[in-house]
Amino acid sequence: MFRNQYDTDVTTWSPAGRLFQVEYAMEAVKQGSAAIGLRSKTHVVLGCVNKANSELSSHQKKIFKVDDHIGVAIAGLTADGRVLSRYMRNECINYSFTYESPLPVGRLVVQLADKAQVLNLILAVKLLFVCDRTSQYNTGNGLCHKKDNLKRITQYGLCIVDVIAHVVSVTELNVIVKSRGYLHIILVCTQRSWKRPYGVGLLVAGLDESGAHLYYNCPSGNYFEYQAFAIGSRSQAAKTYLERRFENFTDSSRDDLVKDAITAIRETLQGETLKSSICTIAVVGVGEPFHVLDQGTVQQIIDTFETAAEQEDPATEPDAATGQEAAAEQGTAADQGGSTDEGAAPMDI
Amino acid sequence: MQFMASKQPENSLLGPESDSQRTLYPYVTGTSVVALKYKDGILMAADMGGSYGSTLRYKSVQRMKPIGKHSLLGASGEISDFQEILSYLDELILYDNMWDDGNSLGPKEVHNYLTRVMYNRRNKFNPLWNSLVLGGVKNGQKYLGTVSMIGVNFEDNHVATGFGNHLARPILRQEWHENLSFEDGVRLLEKCMRVLLYRDRSAVNKLQIAKITEDGVTISQPYSLKTYWEFSAFENPAQGAI
Repeated sequence: MFRNQYDTDVTTWSPAGRLFQVEYAMEAVKQGSAAIGLRSKTHVVLGCVNKANSELSSHQKKIFKVDDHIGVAIAGLTADGRVLSRYMRNECINYSFTYESPLPVGRLVVQLADKAQVLNLILAVKLLFVCDRTSQYNTGNGLCHKKDNLKRITQYGLCIVDVIAHVVSVTELNVIVKSRGYLHIILVCTQRSWKRPYGVGLLVAGLDESGAHLYYNCPSGNYFEYQAFAIGSRSQAAKTYLERRFENFTDSSRDDLVKDAITAIRETLQGETLKSSICTIAVVGVGEPFHVLDQGTVQQIIDTFETAAEQEDPATEPDAATGQEAAAEQGTAADQGGSTDEGAAPMDI
Repeated sequence: MQFMASKQPENSLLGPESDSQRTLYPYVTGTSVVALKYKDGILMAADMGGSYGSTLRYKSVQRMKPIGKHSLLGASGEISDFQEILSYLDELILYDNMWDDGNSLGPKEVHNYLTRVMYNRRNKFNPLWNSLVLGGVKNGQKYLGTVSMIGVNFEDNHVATGFGNHLARPILRQEWHENLSFEDGVRLLEKCMRVLLYRDRSAVNKLQIAKITEDGVTISQPYSLKTYWEFSAFENPAQGAI
């Protein structure tokens, strides 16, 4: 994708009918380290690759428990992912409190998608000043935080001057006003958008009455349900592996599903040794609340199929490896080709 | 006017809200609702009376209504508050249906929602003056619960409101068992309703029995119970008089 004059603002359409900022946000997802998810009829497994910045630091947390029956794996700007996890946890807990029942996964995912979509529309409200009804007002530049300015203005009977940016709606503004005891607001809508799309893709895994679900939420506000999916960098390799095997997943046992997840993660590593310290696996299923598997368990599973692989004909291994690399290259080439193609915007899947 | 003026100081502690309307006493009330779990679902009985104080004024009040696909709500207490609850639930079910996603609110969810509503109103000193019975079946699971006007809520195999707690529940405790047939369930409910008819002054002899199963809700046509008055003490009341 190349820079153009329509990509500065999330509220600007291009002549081809694309929102470039949103597409750039989706690029951020592709830059994040890989996350994969797969499901059977009764279980969903999430896995992700944890790359620490250095040997000295800990790795980023990419899998979050949202509720006993829902968990999420993220790829992209992990800070955004954290914020969204907090939102999801809030929604789940509020629903649980009111209805004493777990929030259906499909509804949570729609709420997330709506939230992403709204952000693409928000215009900031710049609050220039606040005054009480009887006194006159001074427009100024609105940014008078300094104490002496405040003193000067209060001589003229003004209550306070403040700037409230990042306001989402008029109702939120009313809340802020009431909580700070302001009496009257005068505000001016700017034409600049202050908020950016979330730069994170979410793989939401959950269980509800209608069975096990795996959803993918995009920064564009779209969501899709999947049998298995992979996001992040070098995810094409994992996707290829999953595409070959997904028809068997519905009836897979829990342990086979976990093995498949670890194998899919290995595909994204492309030659690096698979260790439990660089991957995280989480499971949710019938009778099994969402939890992250501990490193020891994961290492044991890795060990079981490393030994199985050794027993296989070594001659087949190099062929399989080169075959995967070729497929991966084709995959990334296709991604780039798709994005420069003016016809189809990536989010219109 | 003097009466009104003397009321003012008591309410003024509430500040500016003292002028707004809030429920102080119920006006048109329904009496007990009795319900029990049986083999296929829930059976609920309530008479059709709406009393205006001690007058049995309205005799065709439907005090049981279906809610969504899976629940049945019966109410005693202030009828207008019951209508408001129905309006809240209507909105709740509407939004639930608008999701159009195959999920639906079951009796447990509706019961908890009602508990939250009743408790929050009680906290604002403006209660919905009702005792509610919520029963239903979803995915083969039977559910029967109750909520009072102060937010007390619980589930049980058989519940009742008002006088039913004192007169009907002892009978149910003795005679209820798992997997009652439909006929046995109705017979048991009628036994309870008959005792209430004899002993509760706000009961009227026109009742409905509602059933909810996995297939849906059926509310019977109104009918009357047979009562027996041929006691010798009634035939010759003055016999023992001096």
